[in-house]
Parts: sequence; structure tokens; C-alpha cells
Amino acid sequence: MGATKLLDRGRGSRSLPLLLAWLVGILLVLDIGARLAGVEIPLAAGRTFGGSMSVAQFGGLVWNGVIVGLIFGLAGIGLSMTYSILNFANFSHGDLITTGAFTGWGAALLVSGWGLAEAGTLLLVRAASGPSPNEIGASIIQAPLAIAIGVVVAAVATVLVTVAIDRVVYRPMRDRGGIALLIASIGVALGLRYVVQFVFGSRSRGVTATDGVRTTIAGVSVNLHELTLFVVALVLMGGMHLLLQRTKLGTAMRAMADNKDLALVTGIPTERVVTATWILGGALAGVAGYLYVLERGTIEFNIGWFLLLFIFAAVILGGIGSIYGAIAGGLVIGLVHEVSLVWISGDFNAAAAFLIMVIVLLYRPEGLFSGVTTA
Amino acid sequence: MSKDADAGEETDDVGVEPAVDADAATIADAAGTTNAASEENASTAPETQDSRVEREAAETPPDVPLQVRNLRKTFGGIVAVDDVSFAVEAGTITGLIGPNGAGKSTTFDCIAGALEPDSGSVRFNGADVTGFRPDQIATRGLVRTFQIARELPEMTVLENLMLAPTDQVGEQLWRSVMPGARGSVIDQERELRERVWETLEFFEIDHLARQKAGALSGGQRKLLEMARALMTDPDLLLLDEPLAGVNPTLEEKLLDRIHDLRDQGYTFLLVEHDMDVIMDHCEHVIVMHQGSLLAEGPPTEIRSNEQVIDAYLGGSSE
Amino acid sequence: MSGEDRIRDGPRPDGGGSADSSGSVGGDADDVSAGPESVADVLREAIARAFGGHDLAIVLATLASIYGLFTLFVLVANDFELTTNTINAIASTLRLLTFFAASYAVLALALNLHWGYTGLFNIGVAGFMAVGVYTMGLLSTPPDATSGMGLGLPLPVGVLGGMIAAGLVGLIAALPALRLEADYLAIVTLGLSEIIRLTMNSSQLSSWTVSTFGFGTGGGSGLNLPARPTDALFDGGAGEALLTVLTGAGIRRSIVVDAAYTLVVVAFVVGVYWLLSRVGASPFGRVLKAIRDDELVAQSLGKDTRLFKIKVFIVGCALMGLGGILWQGSYGYVNPNSFRPIVTFYVFVAVIIGGSGSNTGSIVGAILFVGLLFEGPRQFGGIVQNAMDLGSAPATFAGAVGPLFGLDPIPFLAYALENISALQFVLLGVVLIVIMQRRPEGVLGHRTETAAAIDLGVRPEGNAPAARSGEEPTSRPDTTAAADHGGETGGDGDE
Repeated sequence: MGATKLLDRGRGSRSLPLLLAWLVGILLVLDIGARLAGVEIPLAAGRTFGGSMSVAQFGGLVWNGVIVGLIFGLAGIGLSMTYSILNFANFSHGDLITTGAFTGWGAALLVSGWGLAEAGTLLLVRAASGPSPNEIGASIIQAPLAIAIGVVVAAVATVLVTVAIDRVVYRPMRDRGGIALLIASIGVALGLRYVVQFVFGSRSRGVTATDGVRTTIAGVSVNLHELTLFVVALVLMGGMHLLLQRTKLGTAMRAMADNKDLALVTGIPTERVVTATWILGGALAGVAGYLYVLERGTIEFNIGWFLLLFIFAAVILGGIGSIYGAIAGGLVIGLVHEVSLVWISGDFNAAAAFLIMVIVLLYRPEGLFSGVTTA
Repeated sequence: MSKDADAGEETDDVGVEPAVDADAATIADAAGTTNAASEENASTAPETQDSRVEREAAETPPDVPLQVRNLRKTFGGIVAVDDVSFAVEAGTITGLIGPNGAGKSTTFDCIAGALEPDSGSVRFNGADVTGFRPDQIATRGLVRTFQIARELPEMTVLENLMLAPTDQVGEQLWRSVMPGARGSVIDQERELRERVWETLEFFEIDHLARQKAGALSGGQRKLLEMARALMTDPDLLLLDEPLAGVNPTLEEKLLDRIHDLRDQGYTFLLVEHDMDVIMDHCEHVIVMHQGSLLAEGPPTEIRSNEQVIDAYLGGSSE
Repeated sequence: MSGEDRIRDGPRPDGGGSADSSGSVGGDADDVSAGPESVADVLREAIARAFGGHDLAIVLATLASIYGLFTLFVLVANDFELTTNTINAIASTLRLLTFFAASYAVLALALNLHWGYTGLFNIGVAGFMAVGVYTMGLLSTPPDATSGMGLGLPLPVGVLGGMIAAGLVGLIAALPALRLEADYLAIVTLGLSEIIRLTMNSSQLSSWTVSTFGFGTGGGSGLNLPARPTDALFDGGAGEALLTVLTGAGIRRSIVVDAAYTLVVVAFVVGVYWLLSRVGASPFGRVLKAIRDDELVAQSLGKDTRLFKIKVFIVGCALMGLGGILWQGSYGYVNPNSFRPIVTFYVFVAVIIGGSGSNTGSIVGAILFVGLLFEGPRQFGGIVQNAMDLGSAPATFAGAVGPLFGLDPIPFLAYALENISALQFVLLGVVLIVIMQRRPEGVLGHRTETAAAIDLGVRPEGNAPAARSGEEPTSRPDTTAAADHGGETGGDGDE
């Protein structure tokens, strides 16, 4: 961070954009309030302040934001940890997500669709046409066990891939700079993504059964897959919290994230901590990919890559090295991605999320939530 | 002086803590400049006072190019430099010594612009340069070297030295590229090349000229850094431990070089933790300990200073 | 400074009478570190020796080997029957190779200015290309073209406008972004290039601008672009006459017309190379190198590094815009899919293969990338597929792997060839990793493109003192000093 600090001059020039950001933020919140209240104030050129939007509509957007935000956050934990402990931006993290999605769903389909089609077709997540997703019946209602097995397989398989990659690619480069590792990780990303495409095919296809997934609980319409995602993500995040705060490994990881040299001096077995970092990060990335597909219902070989920038955004927003920051950042990016639809079309909501990231990087590169807790 | 509360407070600080080696006039002068430096004041201050300040600034004795006042720098909760004031006279070799962790390098970084001090001021050749960028300070003639030599490893020794001179016409992109304009660039490059070779010979590293700087030994890098800093034609050179990692033979040679250059009119501020070197070679010695100024004076005085002896004995056990 | 440099520089009689007398004992740390790649080193040294280290020779030799390889591919595919058809196939293949290589060379040179010279890790190349191409299209597409939505200004205006627009977007990105560390800059530029692509992709934006200004980007359905200016050369006069002669000899019309445009792109490569070599071999380039090596040192020597970085960013981005126009702008139509981040990584691979920091390396890297990684695998796969009658490929990986257990590799092979494009990307990734692990300095090794407008090795006359080596106990044997001086600045200087 030294270089950034050295080049950071003229803090005064930052206050104006910050003020502007606050102003825009407050205006947008007021606008939402006005819309929910049904107040409409005409402005120039046919534009209006406020408008009408039902609470249910808005609630739906917020819920969607939370759901994608949890995915960003869950995957972001691993990215944030590797970023701070290994000191490089891992561009292959998105493709670890893809790896988890395909391996996990291969297992889930194999269990839920046993006997319905050839094992190969099921394992390859319906690479070729065969029984439809609803026939296979991979849903939390029809085959909860299969879904659960899928979660475990996604985690385990991704961990194996991650650790193998570390041994072959990153370990020989431990003493190299962040940029060399970053470029190598781009190589890993390409390799991994297209191995997945080679094995599983390039077709985008549905995987989950939809019958009965959307039900009504206590008068509220719920998508049970989203609910599953919500619960599993929260449980995993809570587990990470306990692990980092209550175990020796967690202490060592936090120490290494803070100061690698010091950790080395104090006798922390860095190589073991690094491996643990990859294992945890890989497992969470794999599960995140699996859950993402559970929620959206379809799978293709570049879903992870498309998520990568959002996850970077989440991690940067939260401050690199902080898992709570990654989670909070994920939720913010998720909410921006969905709630921004109130004002802009779906053509631009991804751009809005990236824009938030760029702005944060420029005006608060240490992250919005940094300095609160490191972990 | 009724305007800005902040500036008023700074003025007070300066007034309350008398600097070790300055008379009242310079203190008032420093206070005035603090005000003049803040823009609001410059615009609202009475015309007469403003110009007086400026006049005084311009009249700062030319024989005291560098004045550091009440410098303070903290990292997190740790005070690295605490209220340090000193001055460097022209044409001298001034030594800044202190045990490890005394805050010497941080002081250096604050002077050279690599770090921004929390408070206090740095004046160079009569102008307040506190908080300036490193390049702004360097172009004013205050050039530094680094504790751990920072050669430009992928560039040759020749390139390292060619880089340094200021005001190179070829640093303007269009001049370097436009077919007609390149002539002047080439002319200047020829002149510089001549100076570069002379400097390399002066430091006796001309046989390394075509090596990549990253391939040099530690001592050679120190020589390279100093040669490079000299190529900027500075008024004052800040040398941060120029003898660290240099073998005794080379050390003698380096010190000879420094003396030669001093005789040519250069001014040096030298950070060193080897007390003997400083005592034998400096006209004036500043001693820092645990972030603050411990003593200041000619070597003979410092040598017999009880506090300094204590600090060094205490420091050596660290 | 290892032996390879010295050898590449060859026996230059004007070795710049240095104080070195111990000459030829090549033994410093670099040689040791280069140990594991000794075979590659020997090969490279042999090549270097053969060509005397002349950059043009290296580029031409690389090009010739790639041409040779692909000629062989086509000949094999046509059973070595030298018919008109075969000749046309060879010509068309080599034409395509040259076009891609030249396009990538422009982009690689521009990226090398950012990354190789200045250390600015810009991975938003695709975005700046897109800005260039779209601006050119909006300015120069005739308004009356089918679904055309441009202003119909002359093409040079469009090209220049595209470059300026790309440069301006670069400036907007640079002003704040250059404060960032390299990896953050990478993420910001990647984000920016995606924002640009998504903006171009927006049908809403397009229809809004069309209804407001009368022209727009076309959204996902793309934008019509002006025809290549060289196409008009063959519509009469000498061009048409030449075309008649050539087609009379059996050469396909399209090859001739495309070749004319390819020559234009090659000319641009020469121009950009000339420009950037001049930038590199100048005091300006010296500061860039210093920023890359250690920005604080450059600042401490009085260089306002922010200005240099901003200028470099603008120039590089403008050239990326130009590269985009020359390449994607030449198909008469463009859509946002041409500017996915993968394009940026292609360019990066080209720069890395050639060795970042070297302009010649960028061109060599572009040729090697296009030949061996981009087009090579496809051609090779096609040939194998034709040569061996593998039958129809299995539809899925399972179908390909299953027979392996029965020791029948044919279905797997067929599947692999059917999906060779995926394997090509895997290869790309592996190459990237291996280069970063084993040879981060690129295939040409460390090159010394001296950053000065003159040959620095020339000492002022009468100053050369007697040899001093040995006087300093610390000094390493300065073995390579005499021979390896900046031979590569030759030709661009005062002599």
C-alpha cells in the first residue's frame, strides 16, 4: 500500500466527490420513498421525481439483491482471503465458481436422476439432450438429499482443483510479485474455464426442477431454492466467523493477512496457512457456484467468469482482507445491481455495479468497511 | 493575524517551543510563512504584512538552505518523529545520527516529500516546501538517496544517470517524436552523455557503465545512487546511510568523494548510524533519539555530551 | 546481461572502446538463473547469432517460419498437389495470418507502451478498441447505408476521431486511476472495458440516441461501418487492370482485394513501431522506464511522474483505438461481442510472449501468438481431422471417454478435434502460466532497447582512462560491459 500512500496527495480534492456521492445517495433514497408513497413531482423534460411502485415490487428487488449479494459475498470471502494472504488478485476465482457449479450439479443430478438416463449424461450436467430437468427432479422438494450431496461435492471437488492448481502453478511462484501471479491466474482462469467447456460442453442448459419450488409460506410467496441459498450461505458465513475467531488456524490466518513477514518471524507455518486459505476459499467458491445455479436454474461454462467482476467489486468495496467486508460488500453490490433497476434499464445495472466499484477504488481504495474488523 | 484558527495554533506551537539553533527573528519568519502558505490568509492578510513576509522569505540567509521546524510524524499511534527542528548550513557536511529507530529516515522522508509530516514545516532555499511532492522538492534542488539503494534495476548504469538531469527538452513527448524537433533533443543528449561519463569517472564506476544497474553490488549501487543524484545538479544532497553495506576501501573512497564535492560547493545532510564516521567527517552533527532531537553541535561537543553517550549505550543493547 | 545479449549483438567492431579487457568470460548471476532453459537458450543464441541481432531480421525470420509452417499445413491438406486451388489456399491463409498478426502487432505495441515501458497494467484494451471503432463508425458511416446510422464524414476524419475518442476515454480513466496500484488499475480498466461494452450493447441507449440525434450504436445488433478504402482501388484504372491480370492467372479476387488492405495494416504497424521506438529511445522513454522500475526514484529525481503517466495512457489508448479500427473496423460491420475481455488477454499474451518492454518483441509476439496459438491449432486440427477418417465425433465427453477404457482412443481424438477451440484456450492458459513461471521476460529474453536518443556507449574522446578493473575488491568481473552495449539503438541516433 506504500505506493498508494506516497502518490496520494491533495486529500482536499476528495471531499467534493464524496459530498456529491452522499447527495446523490440521499436523493435516490428520497426518490424511493416518494415512489413507495406514490408521490410524483414532475420535473423538466417529462421526467418526474418519485412515481409509483408497490411495496411488493420494491421488496422483490431488495430480496433479489440480497440473494445475489450473498453469492457475491460467499465467493468474495475466498477471493478476499487469497488477495490478502497471498498478495495477488486471483482472476481465476470466477472459474473456481464454475468448477463447483458443474461438479456439484453433476453429483446432484446423478443422485436425483439415477436410472433415468445414462450416468455420463447426468454427471456431465445434461451435456447432451436427455430427460428434462423436471423429469430428473433435482429440486429441494423432490430430492433434498441430492441437493445436499451436491453442496458437499461442489465444495470437495473445488478444493481438490484449487489445491492442485496451487501446487502446480502458484507454489513455484511464491516469491514473485503480485502482477506475475495475477497474470498466471489469468492463465489458470482460461485453462480452467475451457477444460470445463471441453468436458461439460458449451451448451447453456437448465438443471433444476421447478415443480413446487415456489410456494407460499405464511402468506408470503417464497422461492424455496432462494430460501435454501439464503440459509446455506448464512450458515457458511457464520461458520467462517467462528473459524476465524475461535480457532488457532483463524488467528494464524488473520496474522498473515495483517503482516506476512511478521507472521513468518513469529513462527506461523505459512505454507500450511496458505493451503488452508486455498481450501476454505475454494470450498466457499465452489458452494457459491452451486447455489448460484440452484437459484437461477441454468448453467453454462462461463457463469463464474461473468461473476468475477462483481465479486471483485464486493471485495474491494468491503476492503481487501476482511471477510465481513466481503460479505457486506457483496450485499451492497447485489442491492445496487437489483435496486438500480428502479431507475435504469437492465442494460445498465451491471455497469452501475462496476461503476460503484470504480468510484470506491478511486476515492476510498481501502474499502468502505475497512478499519472496522480485520479477519 | 486574526483570521484562521488553524494557522494561529501553528504559530503558537512555533513560538512556544523554541528551536534549538535559531534566533527569534527566524522563528517569527517561520511563523509568518506558515500563514502565507495557507491560501485564505494570503488573500485576506493586509497587503503590507504579506509583502513583508514574502520579502523575508526571499531574504532567508542563503547560507542556511534547509530549515526544519517542529517536524512531527506519526504512524497509527506511534510517534516516529516528534517535534524535530534543525538547520543545515550551506557548504557543510551535516550529520544526522541516532540509534536504529530514532526516526532519521522518517525525518528524511518528510523533508524529501516521500511522506507528508503531520505538522511542522520544511523550508528550502527560503520557500516553504512542506508537503510538496517529491518531484517538486527535487526540482528545487533538494535531492535524496535512499537507505536501501534504489537503483533502477532494468536500466543500465548509463541510463540511470542520463535520467537524472532536470530540464531535459526530450522529456517533452512531441520533441522526442516530431521529425524536425528531435535535433535539439539529440544535441542535449550529447552534452549530457559527456557529463554522465565524467561523473561515472569521478565515482570510478565507468567500467560498469553498460551493466544493468540491478547487476551491481551493494556498494556500487550506493555509488550509482550518489552519482545519479549529483546529475540533477542539486544544491543540497540528502544521503541516507550512504555507507551502509559498503566495504571499508569503498567507504574511504566515498567519503573522499563527498569531501571533494563539498569543496566544490555542494551541501550535504548525511544520515548515518556509525558514530565514528560522522564524527570524523561532519562539521555539524544532529543527534536523534526515539523520534526527537537529543543534541546538536560540532562533533567535539557531541562526543562529550552525556545524553548522547547514554542514548548510544542504551541504543546499542537494543 | 547474460551471454545471449552479447552474442546477439554480434561482433560489432565499434564496440565503444571501454575499459574492459577481460572480455569473454560470461559468468554472472543471470546465466545461472537461466540454467534450466539451457536448450531454449542455446537455440535462441543460435538464431540470434545467425541474424546478428538485427530486429528486422528477427521479425522477418519469425514471420518466415510461421509462413513456412502454414504453407506446409495447406500443402499437407491438399496432398501436395500444386494446383491453382492450393496456391489460392496458401495465399489466402498467409494473407489472413498477416492481417491478424499485423492487427495484433498494433495492439501489442500500444499495450507495450503502457505495460512494458511504463508498468501500467491496463487490461481494458478491448474497451478502448471499442471506443475507437464505434466512434469511427458513427462519424464515417454513410447515413443512408442499410440501417446505417453515421454522419458520413470522410474516413480519415472518422479514424482520427476514433483515436481521439479512445485517447479521451483513456484520459478520463487515467486522471484518477493512475493513483492506483497495478492490480487495482487492472481491475478498474477491466471494469471500464466491460462498462463500455455493455453501453454499446444497450438497445435502449441506441434507440434513444437514434431518436434524439439521428444516429446510434445499434445496440446488440451492431453497427454498419464504412467499407475498406482499399476496396475502391480495384474499381477502375490501374487497380482494375492489375486485378484482371491476377485473376486471369487464377488468383481469387477476394485474395487480391484483402491483400491490399492487409498491406495498409502492415504499413500502420511500421508507422506505430517507428513512433514508439522514437518514444522509447528518448529522454521521455527514459522516464517511462524509470516509472516502471521504481516510481519513487523517478519522483525523487524531479520527474512529475503523473504527467508522464497521463500522456502515456492517452497515447496508448489512442493507439488501441487505432488497432481496433484497423482490425474490427475493416469488416464493414461490428457488434459489441467483438470486444469481450478475452481480446485483451490475447493482446497480453502477444506482449508477454515477445517480452514486455520491447517493441520488436511485441511484433514478434504478435506473429507467434497468431501463428502458434490463435490460428495454428485450428489449422492443425482441421488437417488431422481430414487426414484421419475418425468418423463422427461423440456428442459428449462421456461418449469420448467411455471407449478409452476399451482402449479405443479414436472417439476421444475425434471429440478433441471437434472441440479444438476449447483446447486452444486451454493451451493459451497453459502457455501463459509456463511463460510466467519459466520465462517472464519473453522468448527473446531480456532485451536492451536503450532509452536514449543517442548511443550512450560513445565516450567523450580522450577521456577513456586506463582499465580500473581489479581496483575495487567489491566489483564483479565486468565481463560483458564492452561487448553488449546498446547495439539496438543503432540506426536511430546521431551517427
